Amino acid sequence: MTTTATAPAIEVRGLEKSFQDLPVLRGVDLDVARGSIVALLGSNGAGKTTLVRILATLLRADAGTARVHGFDVATRAADVRGSFSLTGQFAAVDELLTGRENLLLVARLRHLPDPAAVADELLARFALTDAARRRASTYSGGMRRRLDLAMSLIGDPPVILLDEPTTGLDPVARLEVWRTIRELAGGGTTVLLTTQHLEEAEQLADRIAVLHQGVIIANGTLAQLKALLPPATVEYVEKQPSLEDVFLAIVGDPDPAARPTPTGR
Amino acid sequence: MPGHFLGDTVTLTMRSLRHVRRSPDTIITTAVMPIAFLLLFVYVFGGAIEEDTGTDSYVTYLLPGILLMTVASGVAYTAFRLFLDLKGGIFERFQSMPIARPSVLWAHVLTSMVANAVAVAVVVTVALVMGFRSGAGVLAWLAVAGILTLFTLALTWLAVVPGLTAKSPDGAIGFSYPLLFLPFLSSAFVPTDTMPGPVRAFAEHQPVTSIVDAIRALFAQQPVGNDLWTALAWCVGLLVVAYLLATACYRRIVV
Repeated sequence: MTTTATAPAIEVRGLEKSFQDLPVLRGVDLDVARGSIVALLGSNGAGKTTLVRILATLLRADAGTARVHGFDVATRAADVRGSFSLTGQFAAVDELLTGRENLLLVARLRHLPDPAAVADELLARFALTDAARRRASTYSGGMRRRLDLAMSLIGDPPVILLDEPTTGLDPVARLEVWRTIRELAGGGTTVLLTTQHLEEAEQLADRIAVLHQGVIIANGTLAQLKALLPPATVEYVEKQPSLEDVFLAIVGDPDPAARPTPTGR
Repeated sequence: MPGHFLGDTVTLTMRSLRHVRRSPDTIITTAVMPIAFLLLFVYVFGGAIEEDTGTDSYVTYLLPGILLMTVASGVAYTAFRLFLDLKGGIFERFQSMPIARPSVLWAHVLTSMVANAVAVAVVVTVALVMGFRSGAGVLAWLAVAGILTLFTLALTWLAVVPGLTAKSPDGAIGFSYPLLFLPFLSSAFVPTDTMPGPVRAFAEHQPVTSIVDAIRALFAQQPVGNDLWTALAWCVGLLVVAYLLATACYRRIVV
């Protein structure tokens, strides 16, 4: 599909974007290697969503270049759209349609030969088969996000852009999303996700890029970023389970392997 | 990928028609207000008005204007549905996918045409029950359908503008209120002859009067004369302006 098999899946150079007089991106450089998970970390207003929207061909940059799957977002927008899927901050599902109809809709719009088979397979994979014929408006936040992710996977796009994929989710649903993201990357999909939760970046990402005031101020593996700090001092503290640990323990953690279990159970 | 335009438009139109089918209240509320006016004017004011209009069936006199009100209230839902798509993020999902992008708007336009046709059919049925009769032949009915289709298309593209730009649901549907008021300042309810000078001048030179007069003449099997051409000119003119405005708004939010 592309001639640049060894090039990064996402390549951003000197990207700038202002809204009126407010500069949001001020020269962003970022590479995302094929098959890796990169977390774009930043506080609210750091420009994460703006960067994702430019990559998703929903917004035009003022300066600089961005390539997705080897295609320039400005000049090859149609090819870019064929190469990625976006899951935005708010689960963009059609509330009046059932879960299955939502999947069928996207499969038809991606012009797949057998939309029904694709929909049923994804319903099973995302544990939505029982809810398949219910309207999405009746879904819980976690189910809605799962449906949203399932819709993004239709057509097996080589690149997935996730803008704050776990915002507004309870801890159980968040672990489910994390597991899905790991499976995706395990299958060779490139994932760029934005988050403001440090733990999310730590848990998922191969590399972490910190976007602050419109520029990437740090970029590396977790170990590399940790090395930026002065050497760790050793302190002995009593380990109390966090409220989150307690919550997950009493509601039943669906994926205990995803996180270290405290001893307080 | 312009090659997918037809297929994508069909897929997306089926989707939003399903929305209409799943919220039949949108069709009912579209038809309820025009039907209420039909009942009010025929059974409350009708007796008094019949003497002045010189018609023996006020419902027949009234129906063309009521049909235009039906369309004006129906397109408010077109703006509303579009607004919800933008607000809910599904519009961006579609825009980020490898589809023919204009299909997203055209699907809403086609859905509006179908939903309004159903609402108009409901109102005509009620009018028939109330005693509306026309000896119009197939050609005249086709001409009426043609005028109404053109009028609906023009108002639908007009509805796309607030649908794309509104910040709140009220903002999305607010544009339809003045449209609903226009028939009162026209020949839709009473002839314009008795109106005072400036009102009459406005009434006789606004689109509703010529469209209403043309449809009324077609129903009554009378020669339509210049009204038809004036009506068509208004509809086509409005359609062109509304389409240009809508596509300009669309280009502002889509790169």
